[in-house]
Amino acid sequence: MATPAGQRSWHASPAVWPVLGIVSLVLLNALFDKLLPGGPGLFGPGAFLRLSMRDGVPAGALVDILNYGGAIAILALGMTPVIATRGVDLSVGSVMALAGAVAASLVVADVPSIAALATALAVGAACGLCNGVLVSFGGVQPFVVTLVLMVAGRGVAQLVTGSQITTFHDPLLEFVGLGRPAWLPLPMPFILATAMLGATVLALRRTALGLFTEAVGSNPEAAALVGVRSRLLVAAAYVFCGLCAALAGLIAMANIKGADPFNAGRNAELAAIFAVVVGGTSLAGGRMCLLGAFAGAFLLQALTTTMYARNIGADVAPLPQALAILAVCIVGSPPVAAMLGRRRKRTP
Amino acid sequence: MRALLASRNLPSLAAAAILAVLVVAGSVRFEHFASVGNLSNLLGDYAFVAIAAVGATFVILAGGIDLSVGSMVAFTAMLAAWLVDRGWHPLATVPVCLAIGAALGAAMGGLIHAFALPAFIVTLAGMFALRAATFLLHDQPLGIVHPFLSWMSRDAAVPLGGAALPARAVLMLAVVALGAIVAGRTRFGRRVYALGGSPRSAEAMGVSVGTTTVAVYALAGACAALAGVVFASAKRAGDPTALVGLELTVIAAVVIGGTLLSGGVGSVGGTLLGVLILGVIRLLIDFQGNLNAAWTSVATGVLLLAFAGLQRALAGLGGWADRGTGGAARIEPRLPR
Repeated sequence: MATPAGQRSWHASPAVWPVLGIVSLVLLNALFDKLLPGGPGLFGPGAFLRLSMRDGVPAGALVDILNYGGAIAILALGMTPVIATRGVDLSVGSVMALAGAVAASLVVADVPSIAALATALAVGAACGLCNGVLVSFGGVQPFVVTLVLMVAGRGVAQLVTGSQITTFHDPLLEFVGLGRPAWLPLPMPFILATAMLGATVLALRRTALGLFTEAVGSNPEAAALVGVRSRLLVAAAYVFCGLCAALAGLIAMANIKGADPFNAGRNAELAAIFAVVVGGTSLAGGRMCLLGAFAGAFLLQALTTTMYARNIGADVAPLPQALAILAVCIVGSPPVAAMLGRRRKRTP
Repeated sequence: MRALLASRNLPSLAAAAILAVLVVAGSVRFEHFASVGNLSNLLGDYAFVAIAAVGATFVILAGGIDLSVGSMVAFTAMLAAWLVDRGWHPLATVPVCLAIGAALGAAMGGLIHAFALPAFIVTLAGMFALRAATFLLHDQPLGIVHPFLSWMSRDAAVPLGGAALPARAVLMLAVVALGAIVAGRTRFGRRVYALGGSPRSAEAMGVSVGTTTVAVYALAGACAALAGVVFASAKRAGDPTALVGLELTVIAAVVIGGTLLSGGVGSVGGTLLGVLILGVIRLLIDFQGNLNAAWTSVATGVLLLAFAGLQRALAGLGGWADRGTGGAARIEPRLPR
């Protein structure tokens, strides 16, 4: 936050809010640990901030946040351009399950692991292409198109694995989720997510692609009139989202060394939309912040890890998350924004 | 004849034709497919879907969407089971569940209107929150026993001419009839159609957009709650993992039944047609025997997309719905205030 004077003030980037959220959640956990040192919890009493070495790699709640937040961050990076074009992709959780099912089934059938990974990513991109074409060329509402894949995609994932959890042993596939490179003792999902952030920012912000995406989101007709190929751009956003969902699915699969068509990517839609919205991307389209979505994903994971640390199970965890997403949407909604804007003008 | 073939009737005609083809194909392929017993079972098994779909029809007619319906049905089913488990009479749970369902629906409608939020995001949050609330209430399947439920879950409780219908099928037909009357013959129904056709014109005509939006989502919540009680009484249990993905079935039934996804055009009777089509598809897959149940959701999704595409194509031809501007513009901005 030590921005040199004369540049944009530190609170200009929406990414600052999720970062503040993460910091305060971690501090809150440390405080709870101090106040209730004997309390029950996943990480042992009073151990939220403690880092230990397990099998030669760092472990603990903070590492968990980086590890499990990685897949959500990749989902959120894919979801951001889609929401910036006034769309939404509800199918990311099912695409995760489907990509994992495809990769695991291929590896079990003795297909080379690199081919299995590539096929799974291609399946994700194909799912995104179906969504994108139906939305941009078919003109059907995004939430209807992607709801179909959300429900039917999980069914297809069950067909792929024969309605069972497919387990495998494959060094490359496991490395995607469980790998800890010797030169960088960080969880592989976090490294992959950071690389994806870099690549996405380069692709969208160092070219005109990001500007065009925002133009389509803020006024599709005007964008078309100035020569932006909006339909192609919207379809491409969904393809990218499908690709990201497949990568997140591979990470989730590698983390448990198995493809679970029933539970892989459960609640992933909510997590990704939460990360994007809390990161300052407008649901009304036309404005996106990739860094904010990235930080938002780790805020969501920090929230989830906090709940696990307090013995709140995975089935109940979506309740506070859903209420939080509503609160964020309300704060960013046009009436509230107009109210806050008026107040800000009055007190410069 | 010309009027019958007008473009806005085409989806309903296509739906009726599909139902006829499915039933004929089923009776050619399988013996005893088109029997009175099967029809009565179908009406009983899909009673809760149809009841929830009546509420969803009003939401979609008003230009909204409700993704929370599956979780709402599961939540109220669990609530009813939980209350019966604590010694309540099943009938006494009905007003409690209806009131809670209507209140939750009204809350979602209120958020959508007051903060100009997209309906899908509010009801998506509702979908996850209510599913979690179901687990919070009871995290295991909860079986219930009551003499009244034995009667409710019987296949032939209400004699009707030569045949007999399950009690829940009779209740469902009554709800559909009531819904059709409310949509077609009351002032509230006309407000819903006006709101879905164009919120701006509706407001200019003096329709209270806020009240109608809240009322529509409250009605959908109450219908889903009634569906939940019916589901719990038919299964004689509540189950926190039940009915994931029901929202797709319900929205598909409404759209296949001829209601425009953009709102303003459609009917409650058509929705019953849509539910029957999905029910017959399920029956065909069950009769086939060797097919995975996942095919039902695939077929439902494909049919929903086909009818949504048909609507867009007809809109392009007839010009009675908004012109296609590409998918990017699908979330309509609300009225400026």
